[in-house]
Amino acid sequence: MGLILGRLGQSLAVLLAMSFVIYGLMGLMPGDPIDLMIAADPHLSAADAVRLKALYGLDRPWTERYLRWLARIAQGELGYSRLFARPVLDALGPALANTALLMFCALALALTLALPLGVAASRRPGGGLDHAANLLAFVSVSVPTFWLGLMLVAVFAVWLGWLPAGGMHGLAEDDGGPVDRLRHLALPVATLGIAGCGQYLRQMRAAMLAEAGHDYVRTARAKGCGPVRVLLGHQLRNALIPVTTIVALEIGGLFSGALIAETVFAWPGMGRLIYEAVMGNDFNLALSGLLLATAMTLAGSILADLAYAWLDPRVRSL
Amino acid sequence: MIRLLVLLTALLLAVPAKARDQLVIGVTQYPVTLHPGIESMLAKTYVLAMTRRPLTAYDPDWTLVCMLCERLPTIENKLAVPERTADGRQGVALTYTLRADARWGDGTPVSTEDVLFTWEVGRHPQSGIANAELYRRILKIEARDARSFTLHLDRLTFDYNALNDFALLPAHVERPRFAAAPAEYRNRTAYDQDSGNPGLYNGPFRITQAVQGSHIVLEPNVHWQGQKPAFRRIVVRSVENTPALEANLLSGGVDMIPGELGLPLDQAIAFARRNDPRFAVVFKPGLVYEHIDANLSVPLLADRRLRQALMFATDREAISKQLFDGRQPVAHSSVNPLDGVHAADVPKYSFDPARAARLLDEAGWKRDGAVRRNAGGEPLILELGTTAGNRTRELVAQVLQAQWRKVGIELRIRTEPPRVFFGSTMTQRRFANLAMYAWYSAPESVPRSTLHSTQIPAEANGWAGQNYPGYVSERMDRLLDAIEVELDRPRRVELWRQLQHLYAEELPALPLFFRADTFILPKGLTGITPTGHQDPSSLWVETWRWD
Repeated sequence: MGLILGRLGQSLAVLLAMSFVIYGLMGLMPGDPIDLMIAADPHLSAADAVRLKALYGLDRPWTERYLRWLARIAQGELGYSRLFARPVLDALGPALANTALLMFCALALALTLALPLGVAASRRPGGGLDHAANLLAFVSVSVPTFWLGLMLVAVFAVWLGWLPAGGMHGLAEDDGGPVDRLRHLALPVATLGIAGCGQYLRQMRAAMLAEAGHDYVRTARAKGCGPVRVLLGHQLRNALIPVTTIVALEIGGLFSGALIAETVFAWPGMGRLIYEAVMGNDFNLALSGLLLATAMTLAGSILADLAYAWLDPRVRSL
Repeated sequence: MIRLLVLLTALLLAVPAKARDQLVIGVTQYPVTLHPGIESMLAKTYVLAMTRRPLTAYDPDWTLVCMLCERLPTIENKLAVPERTADGRQGVALTYTLRADARWGDGTPVSTEDVLFTWEVGRHPQSGIANAELYRRILKIEARDARSFTLHLDRLTFDYNALNDFALLPAHVERPRFAAAPAEYRNRTAYDQDSGNPGLYNGPFRITQAVQGSHIVLEPNVHWQGQKPAFRRIVVRSVENTPALEANLLSGGVDMIPGELGLPLDQAIAFARRNDPRFAVVFKPGLVYEHIDANLSVPLLADRRLRQALMFATDREAISKQLFDGRQPVAHSSVNPLDGVHAADVPKYSFDPARAARLLDEAGWKRDGAVRRNAGGEPLILELGTTAGNRTRELVAQVLQAQWRKVGIELRIRTEPPRVFFGSTMTQRRFANLAMYAWYSAPESVPRSTLHSTQIPAEANGWAGQNYPGYVSERMDRLLDAIEVELDRPRRVELWRQLQHLYAEELPALPLFFRADTFILPKGLTGITPTGHQDPSSLWVETWRWD
């Protein structure tokens, strides 16, 4: 309990510091959206620019705006999104749900591919399966996400015509139903799943190999345990500790979205929303989005600690 | 179990049939707000053009026409009457009558009450309306009856009867939201909070669904009295990544890509070369003027001979042919040849490196190895700034670098994100020597903001104005002032001719090209007429048909 309370306190301090840093970085970026508007429309006059900057508070120093924002947040008020002309929560909510759906499906696919393959590859290091798993891991970590996404689109959407190239669902009036949703999820999930599985695969394989040399494994074998029972009943449980820690840390990061995949697949998620908010000087939305993502990452970190303690009794007793 | 998997896979891979009465348009931007006056964004203009009618607009032939009004007021038909303003200036009174059949989507007639409300919102300093210039210029509006009103403008210019920027708002829907708190109106407008409200739209379509960041669904406005639209449903889908947008087109995810918000030219040319029999590719040169601003405050570039030498050293025809397949016409001034006031006899800078070399010699820049130097031994090095991520501009910059090197000029290219480039480098005139970008304008748009000496941004004037080169010319100022108030068209055309000649001689900016928009349309879809100006093709959506 003390551990959790301590971590929560630390997290709040980190969030406060992050809010200051993020606000400062956004405030210090050259130019603002009104300048961009003027550059795009010569009919906008200098008087319009002055009026709009005052209206949106862009003429005030960023430190002053930050303190006002902080005071509002302390009262539980997230404010309005300047870009989307709606309460921040209304803008964040759908994007967060879309991102959660995409990223959790992608994580599930990555783990489904990586964990069994990592275990299987560790059984015979240097064997054919190990080489194949290493190749997949290498491809996974080195192929750029946008390229992989576009290739999958080219093959499955353009060439074969089996799956839609983008969007969250079909554009028919009936919204397509669950099958349609699955069809639209297939390519972005495959892209992110393949791109994400490499690190888990390597971690799993390395952890399994590390455990294989320990005395308790030899003891289990000497006691007459079968190879499958030694592998899954003894070795795997311990090998999962570092992998679980990484996955728990990743879960927090999932809520910040995947900007590149969201852009390629026209998926309206958190990555694109935060990017647009930052570039559009929508301080309320950008701050809330980024802090939510930070909070989730911190929560993931706490979750990792708890998972570690649950899996490893030595940590619990500390 | 296997059968179940096979069934599931078959279900997933089954391609749904496409409806002929639905059209899916793929664009590269999602509008952040749907309010017609708040923010200035191309995606919003494109979508709203299908749902709303402006009072006046330029048609595809670049002629000003009435859309929501019955007759354009002119001095000849006595609906426009010159008058003196209270402070003695020359103003004008314009009488418009709204179309009898104009209805908002909930059946409420479009009325003078909407006109008065729009004016009230437009001139309110806290309403959030972006372009408030027109509303400020209106001194008074008198409602004559439910459909007719007289509007008093503070000055009489040649385009006095153009009310294109008057974005009519439905008073019966928006007034309560505005009246409650004008400063909060931009956050409470029904266009964003209740965008499916039919009372917001008076065009052939109305928005029925807006999914933030994804797509907007439009369905016919049942109270529209004009030509019946052919489509039961139009969906505008946003796909920001242009290769992904093209993939969506090829896979049937979208039916067409409009030029206003479509593929970059190099990608569109590659697409056209593949000759996909399912699509027609239409290139439409328009009013987007690609050019290079010269910073005239820098002594090096204040010498006109150097600017002229740069023009003679640039083979724009070759660039257009090789990079753009000849689709982007070379510009000889800021006025597009499609514009009625374009002067055909404007001086042209054809590629002539020998003449460029002579001009550089005359200006004191002598060849010394690869790079020219002046008497003080300083090398002739120029910096060209442009927007990062714009492939077309980056390619042009590289070609310019190679071409100018041949006459002894070293060009250093500096790219910046658009936000930095337009946000501070240009608006605060921080560019070192040259800056390549584009201006977007309207037919016969007077370039006061970019060429008048009072429009040079400086700290003293709060960085107001868009004369980024810092160009000062009494003659140009006089011409700009004269053109704006010259009502006689032949005399005005002559003034425009003088302006273009002066521009070509003095070169405050180096003209490059007029950008072409590329429309990729499915074969059999007819009625889409690219305009080439700021009023998008979607303003005539009711004429779109399948053959």
